[in-house]
Amino acid sequence: MTPLLEVSHVCHAYHTLTGETAALSDLTFSVEEGEFFVIVGPSGCGKSTLLSLLSGLIPVEEGTIRLSQSPLAGHQTKIGYMLQKDHLFEWRTVYRNVVLGLEIQKKETPENVEHVEQMLKDYGLFAFKDSRPSELSGGMRQRAALIRTLALDPSLLLLDEPFSALDYQTRLNVCDDVYKIIKKEKKTAILVTHDLSEAVSMADRILILSKRPAKIRRILPVHFSDETMTPMQRRQAPEFKDYFNEIWKELNTDGQ
Amino acid sequence: MDNERISPRQAAFLKEHRRHHHLVAFLRFLAFFLFLVLWEVSAALHWIDAFIFSSPSRILQTILDMGKDHTIFRHTGITLYETLLSFVLVLLISFLTATVLWFSETVSEILEPWLVILNSLPKSALAPLLIVWLGANTGTIIVAGMSVAVFGSIISMYTAFRDTDEEKIKLIYTLGGNRMKVLQCVVIPSSIPSIISILKVNIGLCLVGVIIGEFLAAREGLGYLIIYASQIFKLNYLITALIILCIIAFGLYQAIQKLEHHIRKTRHL
Ligand SMILES: Nc1ncnc2c1ncn2[C@@H]1O[C@H](COP(=O)(O)OP(=O)(O)OP(=O)(O)O)[C@@H](O)[C@H]1O
Ligand SMILES: [Mg+2]
Repeated sequence: MTPLLEVSHVCHAYHTLTGETAALSDLTFSVEEGEFFVIVGPSGCGKSTLLSLLSGLIPVEEGTIRLSQSPLAGHQTKIGYMLQKDHLFEWRTVYRNVVLGLEIQKKETPENVEHVEQMLKDYGLFAFKDSRPSELSGGMRQRAALIRTLALDPSLLLLDEPFSALDYQTRLNVCDDVYKIIKKEKKTAILVTHDLSEAVSMADRILILSKRPAKIRRILPVHFSDETMTPMQRRQAPEFKDYFNEIWKELNTDGQ
Repeated sequence: MDNERISPRQAAFLKEHRRHHHLVAFLRFLAFFLFLVLWEVSAALHWIDAFIFSSPSRILQTILDMGKDHTIFRHTGITLYETLLSFVLVLLISFLTATVLWFSETVSEILEPWLVILNSLPKSALAPLLIVWLGANTGTIIVAGMSVAVFGSIISMYTAFRDTDEEKIKLIYTLGGNRMKVLQCVVIPSSIPSIISILKVNIGLCLVGVIIGEFLAAREGLGYLIIYASQIFKLNYLITALIILCIIAFGLYQAIQKLEHHIRKTRHL
């Protein structure tokens, strides 16, 4: 089976008047269909840059990225990108926020609207569809943002530290919720985080990046005895600690 | 915020607040009333020259006289009409220009120094030129009203557009939107509070511009009335015109504040 996403020899640098900042150097990896792929790395190493490249927000200058075997060109409707903050617009109701993507792409068809309403029902937001985002809790906001992304039915989901704005308690719950939603909707996901326990609790594989410019230090497959565990259950499993320590060591040994 | 059960302390607080509110309202009125009485008495007892300083009763008489021959309505109406028209035109022009500037970084870089220079120019200096160019008519006065507000309005509106949260803009791109969608879905909605404050400034400036225009080139309007009255030394007319101007300025500002309130409520800003 060919992978859903293939990244080969991708480099990226930012150009400013004060100089050139190399952000990514020679990244090669692939992501399988249905996989939960997690990227960890020191802050400022280029993780968001990588996601921006994958989503087509910034053009690829060196190397190639292929999605379902065709090279990326510009914005991809098959890729959904969930940013760090939910950015729900206060001047729209929750429902109008959630269908924003459909509205922009003029895809408010009965089937798509039906799908959105079903997700609102499934994920406990239907009662709030006419409320304003400020009336939602942190976790609900994040779920709304996820539904907004899923409304366009992307085959690949990119998540850039989607939980970092939440407090710890909420974060654990939302992490569980989001994981279940993604699994239920059968999506392939790439998640960026610098919370190592979050990485271990959700990942099928973990990509560990070096300091800027980001190079691949290691790609670590994660296997738990029970494949159907939720992130919360994984945190209690015996293997959890070992994976955590392994990544911790990898990130902290400055093996040049 | 339980309306059913207000604690005694909360009730006392609310009562004290209301009492204070009423006191202020009463003292405001009293001060105004005393001022009028003092003015009237001073004029009656010749402490001041009523010919120059007028008096409340004379002003009232003037208003009644002018009301009878409808001149007061004509002058007020024409000034109001010119002010509102220049206000609406300033809004349209500055919105369109700010949009163009926002779309093209290069255009905005090219135009920026000119806008700054035009904005810092004392606009009353432009009025005579406008009259020579456009003639002494209502159109010129509307342009004079616009000239005072328009450059600052463009700059402020463009700044508001440009200050839009980059991440929110990025969100629109991630959802497959183009720059037009960014403008529609984020830039304009998030600039609405700034646009309202710009409107508040503009309405006052347009009134200033219209009055300047009327000073120089009008046959009617409150600005004309002021100049005319000062030339023939009819100070009753002059002060009446000033009072009407005060009321207009206050009324227009209130109208915009109402609008703001309405928008904030319906759009949950
Ligand atoms: N638009 C830009 N112009 C210039 N340099 C940039 C730009 N965006 C990012 N950089 C630089 O590129 C590097 C990588 O940035 P990036 O945001 O991808 O890192 P990150 O791993 O996501 O960081 P964080 O953990 O803080 O989210 C940083 O050093 C940053 O300063
Ligand atoms: Mg980042």
